[in-house]
Amino acid sequence: MGKFSRWGLVGAAALALTLAIAPASAKTFKWGNAGDVSSMDPYARQETFLLTFTQNIYDPLVRRDKNLKLEPALAVKWGQVDKNTWFFDLRPGVKFSDGTPFTADDVVFSLNRANGPGSNMGSNFASVKEIRKVSDLRVEVITKYPDPLLADKWAALGMMSKAWAEKNNAVNSADMTKNEENYATRNAMGTGPFMLKERRAGERTVLVPNPGWWDKPTHNLTEVIFTPIPNAATRVAAIKAGDIDMMYEVPPADTETLKRDPNIAVLEGPETRIVYLGMDQERNELVESSVKGKNPFKDKRVREAIYRSIDVDAIKRTVMRGQSFPTALMVAPGINGYMKDLDKRPALLKPDEAKKLLADAGYPQGFEVGMDCPNDRYVNDEKICQAVVAMLARIGIKVNLLAQTRNLYFAKILRKGDGSPGTTSLYMLGWSPAQTYDVHNVFEALIQTPNAATKKGMFNAGGYSNPELDKLADAMEQETDKTKRDAMIAAATKLYVNDYAYIPLHQQAVVWAARKNISLVQPADNSFPLRFVTIK
Amino acid sequence: MLAFVLRRLAQSVAVLLTVGVVAFFMFRYVGDPINAMVGQDTSLQERDELRQKLGLNDPAPIQFLRFIGNAAQGKFGLSYRTSEPVGRMILERMPATLELSFCAAMFSLLVGVPMGVYTGLYPRHWSSKLLQAVSLIGVSLPTFLVGILLILVFAVFLRLLPSFGRGETVDIGWWSTNFLTTKGLLALIMPSITLGLFQLTLIMRLVRSEMLEVMRTDFIKFARARGLSNRAINFGHALKNTLVPVITIAGLQLGAIIAFAVVTETVFAWPGMGQLFIQSVQFADIPVMAAYLMLIAFLFVVINVIVDLLYFLVDPRLRSQGGAARVSGH
Repeated sequence: MGKFSRWGLVGAAALALTLAIAPASAKTFKWGNAGDVSSMDPYARQETFLLTFTQNIYDPLVRRDKNLKLEPALAVKWGQVDKNTWFFDLRPGVKFSDGTPFTADDVVFSLNRANGPGSNMGSNFASVKEIRKVSDLRVEVITKYPDPLLADKWAALGMMSKAWAEKNNAVNSADMTKNEENYATRNAMGTGPFMLKERRAGERTVLVPNPGWWDKPTHNLTEVIFTPIPNAATRVAAIKAGDIDMMYEVPPADTETLKRDPNIAVLEGPETRIVYLGMDQERNELVESSVKGKNPFKDKRVREAIYRSIDVDAIKRTVMRGQSFPTALMVAPGINGYMKDLDKRPALLKPDEAKKLLADAGYPQGFEVGMDCPNDRYVNDEKICQAVVAMLARIGIKVNLLAQTRNLYFAKILRKGDGSPGTTSLYMLGWSPAQTYDVHNVFEALIQTPNAATKKGMFNAGGYSNPELDKLADAMEQETDKTKRDAMIAAATKLYVNDYAYIPLHQQAVVWAARKNISLVQPADNSFPLRFVTIK
Repeated sequence: MLAFVLRRLAQSVAVLLTVGVVAFFMFRYVGDPINAMVGQDTSLQERDELRQKLGLNDPAPIQFLRFIGNAAQGKFGLSYRTSEPVGRMILERMPATLELSFCAAMFSLLVGVPMGVYTGLYPRHWSSKLLQAVSLIGVSLPTFLVGILLILVFAVFLRLLPSFGRGETVDIGWWSTNFLTTKGLLALIMPSITLGLFQLTLIMRLVRSEMLEVMRTDFIKFARARGLSNRAINFGHALKNTLVPVITIAGLQLGAIIAFAVVTETVFAWPGMGQLFIQSVQFADIPVMAAYLMLIAFLFVVINVIVDLLYFLVDPRLRSQGGAARVSGH
């Protein structure tokens, strides 16, 4: 515990200071989640929960506000000097919570660490050629090709201290192949609004405000205690009993119970993740189907019949208990490139009409096909798939559902490292462009033709391919003129919508619950910034 | 005696290896840990590289030999989920589980034995029948339900006890204990009852039937004839003679308590090894699962050996048999 004692001191000092400023009683905010933050290392995993948790301690260069728009944090100004050069002008006078100054050296170090061994953030650096310090308060980044989204991607990267990491032998993130503890896994020190006071993995993590934070605190907390509570019923009991003030991720089944409690407010909002169905349109014969010698999903009429037979409103009503937001697009509102006027699902078909489409395509008797579904990844994932099975049965398509745990599921359906397709015919996935908050990520990962060399379409598990869309997607990646880019996005969106390339179902809801005396902000990306929390 | 111990040790090693093999081959069915380790945007090539680096592409027997080789040197590797050393993760959570298991075992013994004695002495009294009926609940209700009901009553409605967690702990070296703070002790109550309830019922019923048996034997009648007090008969003679099976069962059940703490720990968000194991299963965190299963197997083996030895020491008949076995080279 020796290493904590120093932090204990700092924490105590911070506490004393805050208490001195605000003589009102200590405001301890206790919150719980099903799982723990897996690490205190801000680059350990590209996962919303870890990224937003560590951002309470590590400020990024550019951060997202309540509406997910970028705003200055450690960088006061940023932009492109020319097509292939980005600059970040740093905020002067910022200090790490250990009192050392924050400079361009720390930025260069942090970015290289995030792109280095052991880090899981490497995909944010695909376009980066060189990162260099220009002065103590300016960093420039040379890219291999024009990358208009660099600042967006890096809004998730917290900045670390070079001196701290070097002193504690944490210059790289933990190396999984070695048997060594990495200091940054359990300890954290940044410029952010909070400081890590105590970390007991799997038990509790305690934060205290950073008295030297460069920004004016909008929270009024003096201490934050985070506890993982794996059992949903216990989590509900804990918030009802007042043992926790807020619960992140409420199970849908418990929402009603919590709403009836006069002391608890349930917060619901659409999440940026889209849950959708995909079909194998790549193979000439499906791997799991009664149809031999040809692939029914290659026929647009079959895809249309399926698309227009799935009643997403019924799924919302029955399976999701109202907690979903049906959609026709592969991106959600709030993501750059969402086209509101295109977000209209075509009318549902009557079973006869759908059957006629199938008959026209050469399947008057329907057919049999296998479907893959996770059962522990998305809200009610298996139940949604069961509903789809029932809806497709009405039009003569017999679906054999295989719902399994995500670790088995993803290994089955995802493409292999060499780009060859996984083993699936019909599947359900969810995707959120959590890295860039821009539609291009969706085109590049899910909709472009799979190509192992260019790494495009690597999560396009069904292998949908439209050369025209590929061209548009490649062009929008480097287009810096917003009007031109928006036109490209609109054109590409129409292409995949008209092709029935995918069957978007809905955005699942982000559901949180908090006691009535807590006020907080719930962004659509399911991040939970503590800096907006106040206790009445 | 020495031969007996050596034989038991050899058996123990065989048991451990078997558990290791079975566990390891089971892991092939929990799925691909890579997907739990990386973000959705991680490219398929990077995923493959990581898989290669971790040796997940090697055939299972090779992975197993590597695991055994490292484990023998005390190296369990880093957790796939948290990138912390597995040995340390388990060691840190061990006090929570052991303290909880200890309290649960104590609860089941200290309440179970007197209840058993009472119901054994007065089998027809209405209160015995009530206790019997109540104890049925203990065996028939699933642990998680008992836990949730307790939380509902004592944490949500009465607000007497904390709904989850260890409350406050004090660190003594690396051992964090609940026993030194009021909050810590309060936090122990509900999980201990939940975990110990099944054992309590078991012990109570065992003691009861043994008592009924013993009370019918001749030496009790003779004891009464000698004019001994009820107290001396009930506790000095009758209870003492029931204790051999009780010690065995209680000892063996201690292993079960530690292993079954998984459910109780999950319900009460008790940060012990069981909760760690459950989280690891969800993430296909193979190093943690392997180490935990080996540890549990080890505990079972150790407890079994100790119980065997105790038995050996307590029961003179066994000792003479063991002696005979040694002489005959059995």
